[in-house]
Amino acid sequence: MAAAAPAVEIPDPQDRVAAKVLRFAARAPIHLMLIVLGGLWLVPTIGLFLTSILPASNLASKGWWQIFTKPSVATWSNYDALFHNHGLITALKTTAYIAVGNTLLVVIVGAMAGYAFAWLDFPGRDWVFIGVIGLLVVPLQMALIPMFRLYDTFGLFDTWYGIALFHAAFGLPFAIFLLRNFFVGLPKDILESARIDGAGEIKIFVRLILPLGLPAIASLAIFQFLWTWNDLLVALTFGQNTTPITVWIAGQLREFGTSIDIIAPASFISLVIPLCVFFAFQRYFVQGLLAGSVK
Amino acid sequence: MTAGGITAEPPVAAAPPPAAGPGRLGKYGTGAIFLGPALFLLGVWMVYPAVYTIVRSFFGEHGFIGTWVGIDNYKTLFTTSTLLTAIKNNAIWVAVVPALVTAIGLIFAVLTERVRWAVAFKTVVFLPMAISAFATGVTWRIMYQQDPGLGAVNALGKTISGVFSPAGVLSQASPSTPGLQTTSSGALVLKTATHPGGIVLLGLTGIAPDQVPKSAVQAVTPPPKPGDVVGTVWRDFKPGGGKVGVVEKQELGLPGVTVELRDAAGKTVQSTTSKPDGSFDFSKVSQGTYHAAIGAQTFAKPFGGYAWLGPNLIVPSLLIAYIWIWAGFAMVVIGAGLAAMPRDVLEAARTDGATEWQTFRRVTIPLLMPVLSVVFVTMIINVLKVFDIVYALAPQSEYAKANVIALAMYFTAFQGGGNFGVGSAIAVFLFILVVPVLALNIRRFRRDM
Repeated sequence: MAAAAPAVEIPDPQDRVAAKVLRFAARAPIHLMLIVLGGLWLVPTIGLFLTSILPASNLASKGWWQIFTKPSVATWSNYDALFHNHGLITALKTTAYIAVGNTLLVVIVGAMAGYAFAWLDFPGRDWVFIGVIGLLVVPLQMALIPMFRLYDTFGLFDTWYGIALFHAAFGLPFAIFLLRNFFVGLPKDILESARIDGAGEIKIFVRLILPLGLPAIASLAIFQFLWTWNDLLVALTFGQNTTPITVWIAGQLREFGTSIDIIAPASFISLVIPLCVFFAFQRYFVQGLLAGSVK
Repeated sequence: MTAGGITAEPPVAAAPPPAAGPGRLGKYGTGAIFLGPALFLLGVWMVYPAVYTIVRSFFGEHGFIGTWVGIDNYKTLFTTSTLLTAIKNNAIWVAVVPALVTAIGLIFAVLTERVRWAVAFKTVVFLPMAISAFATGVTWRIMYQQDPGLGAVNALGKTISGVFSPAGVLSQASPSTPGLQTTSSGALVLKTATHPGGIVLLGLTGIAPDQVPKSAVQAVTPPPKPGDVVGTVWRDFKPGGGKVGVVEKQELGLPGVTVELRDAAGKTVQSTTSKPDGSFDFSKVSQGTYHAAIGAQTFAKPFGGYAWLGPNLIVPSLLIAYIWIWAGFAMVVIGAGLAAMPRDVLEAARTDGATEWQTFRRVTIPLLMPVLSVVFVTMIINVLKVFDIVYALAPQSEYAKANVIALAMYFTAFQGGGNFGVGSAIAVFLFILVVPVLALNIRRFRRDM
């Protein structure tokens, strides 16, 4: 993980091979323990994947580990069937709209507000900022009932943008907090010389702040994307037919035993994208996590 | 939080005022443009609903104005049994999860600190963080299936229990020979007494063909031996039926059965197992009256698996799955704290003669305390709001047992619950629980800023 620097090892000049072997033997239990623990942590996900590539008929009597004794039973037919499943394709698209849409919104709106709180001077600025920070404590349960009614009135119920707007609003306090703190730390001279050169605030924001703030913005974007891609509760409340993949799978859960050939591959599909994002941007994700332990 | 690398320097006391020259917006104007969208979203989606929900919690189930009920909704919250279960369960979550997650994270962080392939381990443990709690629920539902043939957790349990109390060779069988009686311990005792030199026939039926041990061959009645008690235990059934209590052609011996010889007082004096043809032999039996018996362990049921998703174990099952998700978070945050630890302090402690354990206990832990408390407090908040994993992992029939506050709020207000009054009260209750914890976190943040 990017965040953990390797431990400092002080080389011993008198290190001989025998000493090395001895030291390795002394540390063998640690290695062994880590291998066992790592295995334990990996098994559930592997189990989900192997379940997803087994025909339902094979899963009625034996667990997913049957694949180790009889690899020939593995099949992509579950996935094949799913990719011809109109419901799942629609759900995946909806998930993408919600996740991408609200992430863009949070990043843009959050960066603007962060900039205002960091570099613009207007009366009451700090009080407004403290108010925004205070909103971090509001659990989203507080908004479900009133927004359910409001969405009904304004036609936002059962739309992807209704769900995305909800996520965007609840992502904002953290976004503003994170970006404001990052922007405040940017070198003051650059901004001042840009102002002296006559650049307007909008130009400074687009040309200077956004590029310079990229590390923090990336952390925020990845965090928000994963957060909303994985959401269940908000979509469950505000979606009915327009639902992301989590809610779509939840609809199949009632028939867990018989629909396992749909549930397992669909769950695996739902976690492939977050995993890719995670592996591609691991560093930013961990940084966001470290900064965002408040959420 | 200084470990992340994106924490900022202390705020500048006052940003330089923008020059209000011609063609520029005034102080308020620019601020309004940049802040407007954020304040609109926050106002409509957070401030207004929060106020609404608080007010709404004092009104009745449906409608609003004119249905004032005072604090009745809160009374309902603390008197309805499913809601009380939710509060009680959330208390269990708070008591168990933050402490365990922090402890496991600390152990993992320390273990991986000086291992070269630590990145691989950390990635594996951290993976569940990227996965939705919902998908995790599905994943663990597969793991927790009760049939040891299907659920990995119970399969492991079966393997372990197979070592300590193996399943009997015949899990199903009933006596066939007249006089063979089931005792309270599960053993079968032949009422007809025997003596040295005698033959005992222990016929069993009710054994499905696929339950007969593979090594079984044609049953044989051994010839009597002076001083010994011999006999046969066999499947007293052949295609077409056969005669009860008589060893016939096509009837198979039952190998591996534990046969006991009990004296007049009922004490087992000898014990043996049958051969593939079902025969057995107690040698050098002293004079007296004995009863032959088939030991209870022969009929021991195989491990059937624990009902992890049943009413008694559902809460611990949920806790395990949840800890599986969050251990990686704790490990990474604590690992970053460890990496940022001043090496010279640790070195100084070691130079002064402190043992590894003393250094860890007296230097590392106190220095890590701020980081540990961040993890702990974050976990308390997460656990108070827990929803997805309960929804996905607990079968619907066990929701009442697995209930937590967020789940209760959802099902009270939506999904056929339709009680916005009590639903609002539950939301406010959750809000009140979260505020002090998060306020603590924010104060720490303000200090770090």
